[in-house]
Order: sequence, then structure tokens, then C-alpha cells
Amino acid sequence: MALSNLLEIPAAGFNFDNATRNAALEGLFEGQKPKPMKTGTTIAGVVFKDGVILGADTRATSGEVVADKMCDKIHYIAPNIYCCGAGTAADTGKTTDLVASNLAIFSLNSGRNPRIIMAVNILQDMLYRYRGQIGANLILGGVDCTGNHLYTVGPYGSVNTMPYLSMGSGDLAALGILEDGFKPNLELEEAKQLVRVAIHAGIMNDLGSGHNIDICVITRQGVDHNRPYQESEYKDNRKVNYRYRPGTTTILTEKVVPLKLELVQETVQQMETA
Amino acid sequence: MEKRCLDSGVKGVSTGTTILAAIFDGGVVIGSDSRASMGGEYVSSKTINKVIQVHDRIFCCMAGSLADAQAVTKAAKFHLSLHSIQMETPPLVISAASVLKDLCYKNKEELQAGFITAGWDTKKGPQVYVVSLGGMLHSQPVTIGGSGSTYIYGYVDAKYKPKMSREECLQFATNALALAMGRDNVSGGVAHLVVITETGVEHVVVPGNKLPKFHDE
Repeated sequence: MALSNLLEIPAAGFNFDNATRNAALEGLFEGQKPKPMKTGTTIAGVVFKDGVILGADTRATSGEVVADKMCDKIHYIAPNIYCCGAGTAADTGKTTDLVASNLAIFSLNSGRNPRIIMAVNILQDMLYRYRGQIGANLILGGVDCTGNHLYTVGPYGSVNTMPYLSMGSGDLAALGILEDGFKPNLELEEAKQLVRVAIHAGIMNDLGSGHNIDICVITRQGVDHNRPYQESEYKDNRKVNYRYRPGTTTILTEKVVPLKLELVQETVQQMETA
Repeated sequence: MEKRCLDSGVKGVSTGTTILAAIFDGGVVIGSDSRASMGGEYVSSKTINKVIQVHDRIFCCMAGSLADAQAVTKAAKFHLSLHSIQMETPPLVISAASVLKDLCYKNKEELQAGFITAGWDTKKGPQVYVVSLGGMLHSQPVTIGGSGSTYIYGYVDAKYKPKMSREECLQFATNALALAMGRDNVSGGVAHLVVITETGVEHVVVPGNKLPKFHDE
């Protein structure tokens, strides 16, 4: 326990420290608070013969507006473990960062490579403690000494493991493709194709998913994070160029005022260089 | 995904389930289905494991909210392991059941999880305990739980006999699970059964298509 988590376990119960601040801020927005950015997403993972493949779309929405067209949803946890996140973008990003730091500290302290099940346990404990208030639906995948693993952790802290998984608002579309096409011990190219088609189904049939497809292949040999693996065929052509060349704004007057500095004190410190 | 969990009382993934345990001559059989659902309409997993090993000869089956049940069994495993090391002897089945009961009773406001604990120990041999939602602990020779159990009370009452043989008990448990899965929409998948005796533990998995069929199927 001391090895993995250098952060203090917080006091039991809810933390209401920010309640007064939030109430004051709410008054400023006159009822139209900005909505948290969600990743209304399609993420999927497949276990194949030599490892695990994770795939995700790249659209992040804030209400009905696309907030980010090239959002990175495949987060790094450890050299052999990556995690796809669906739900609230801030929650998935911060939660995965937290686990990544903890696992890095654990590796350094113990001299051992982290296992996927360890990341899963830490995430499960943390999300359960927050009773679903952290909106993170995660798919963790990786290869360790015990084999190729794929797990999903829900926002309330439930864990499930399957050879193929999908989460996010486009999960049903992707799941249909995965249920139909999955076979045990797929080859690399077949598995990549399966994940690509599954994410594509999510992009085409779900409004919350879109743009490019990112793929991350994890094997014993290493990780291949392809971003983007496939670009969207729908690109917008901007009519106006928003880059302004230097000199667009004319300079009317220029005034140079030299600063007069007075030397008050001068000290010299010898550096010990052995 | 949020729209799926608003109707059912359980937040998140629920194990809306059928679980059972029965004592036979020389051991105990504990079993469950393998479906996890969300909001009563979406099957989030067809192959979830609800029979968790908390010690060498003690298993428990979970029902209710999956997150709550998994968290409680994790805590129970830890407590039992520590207890066993301190006592320098394998834990009694009633200890395992008491640990679960304590967690369920003390946190009854927050938790939505019920358990059936079954196992074998040197003091009392094969035993079955049920820990309900509010933290009641009760010992019975045969017990059923979960949403699917309502459909098989008649079958269990009629067909259970004390001191059955291992094969008879296994068949009884498989039939009961098959009947419940056939009628309850939130139970289904495969039947996970575990046979615990003095000599060891044996897992029996019956896939959905190999379950016994009854007259109308």
C-alpha cells in the first residue's frame, strides 16, 4: 500500500470546500453556466493474438457544439498500459493522469513493471469512493507478464473484463460490429480492421462521435499509437484565412523610454565544481 | 449511457440476478447466472462473474448493484485474509458471512448489495448463509436470491431434499438456475456453479445452450 499511493487518502465523506465559491460563480453567469465538456464518444478495445488494440474517435462536445475536433482519448498509463476514456473529458483526463503517476511511483519504488489489474484496482477503488460523481467510463488495455488484458471500469466503480469492449454514446453501434466480427486469436491486421470498422460505425451512427479514428496497438514488443489512424473524409474548407501576415496592423507612433537602473549591491558566490 | 440507468432503483450496472446455494451430503453447491444489466433494458455484460472466492473453501454470490457488491467483496477478502493469518487457521464460513454482514449493516444507507455465502470448514462442515440488503445474517440448508429467485421458490421447495448426492444437487441447482433464467429478463447468460467439499473446489460452467430445456422450449 505504501508503495503505490503516495497521495494521502482523503477524509471520509463529501468535500464541500468549494461550495460557497461555486454558488458565487453561478451568480455571475445568470443561469447560463457553461456545460462541462463531454467526450460523447465511441471507444473500443479488442484482445488479439499478440496483444491488445484500443481505438477511439476524436470528437469532444460541449452541449450541441463540437469543442475539440482532434481530442486525444487514448491516455497513457504506463509503457505497457493505455486507457480510453468516455464521459466527462476533464474527469477521464485527470483520473488517468492520477493513475499514471501512481503507477510510475510504484514502479520506481518496487522495481516492478505495473500490471493492468493494478491500474484497474486503483481506478475501481477511487471511482467507487466518489459514488459515480466522477463521470469516467474507461476501457483499459495492456500487455503484462500475465498476458493480454482488457478491462472496463464504470463511473460507479464496477469492473468487467471481456476480449472485446466498447463504451461511450456510440457503444451500441460499435458493439454490433464487434459482436459480429470478433473471433479469438485474431491477427494484427484483422484486429485493426475490426476496431477501425467498429469506431467508424460509432462515428457514422452517433451524433456525439466523429472526425478521425485513433488506434493504439499494444504488444510485448511495444506500443504503436497511431494518431490519426484514419482521417475523416469530411473536411471543412475555410473560406477566409485567419492568419494575418506581419505588418497588417500599421504602426502609427513609436516611443522608446530607456529604464534607468541603479546598481545597489553586487555579491559574488563561488560555485564548487570539483 | 446515463439514460439507461434512470428507471431502475440501482445506479449504474446492476446484477439483477439469480443466485442460489444448497448443501448436499459432503459439501455445498453455490451458483449464479452471468448477466449484468443497466436500467432493466440493456445487458451490459453477458459473462459477468458473480461467484467470488473469498477464501480457499469459501465463496460468495453477489446481487444488487455491481459496483457496491464488488467493493464489499474486495473489502471482505482483505478482512478474511487478515483474520485467517492472525488466527493461523482457515476462517470459518460464519466468519466470512459475518464480515459481509457487518459491511452491509454498517453501511446500509449507502449500499445496495446482498450476498449468499457458502463454504466448508472443519468445525461445522458444509454451510450456507444469506446476508440480505439491510444486513440480516441467516443460515439455511438451501437458499435462493436475486430478482430471478421469485420464479423458483416453488421448484426449490418441492425438489430440494437434504443429504442429496453431489450429482443430484448439481442437477437440482442447474435446473433451478435454468428455470429462473428462462422467466426473469435480467437473469441469463451461462450458469456458473461451484462445488465445495472438504477435498477441494470444482467449477462447473453450463453454457446457455446446454442448459436443461423444459416442456415449452
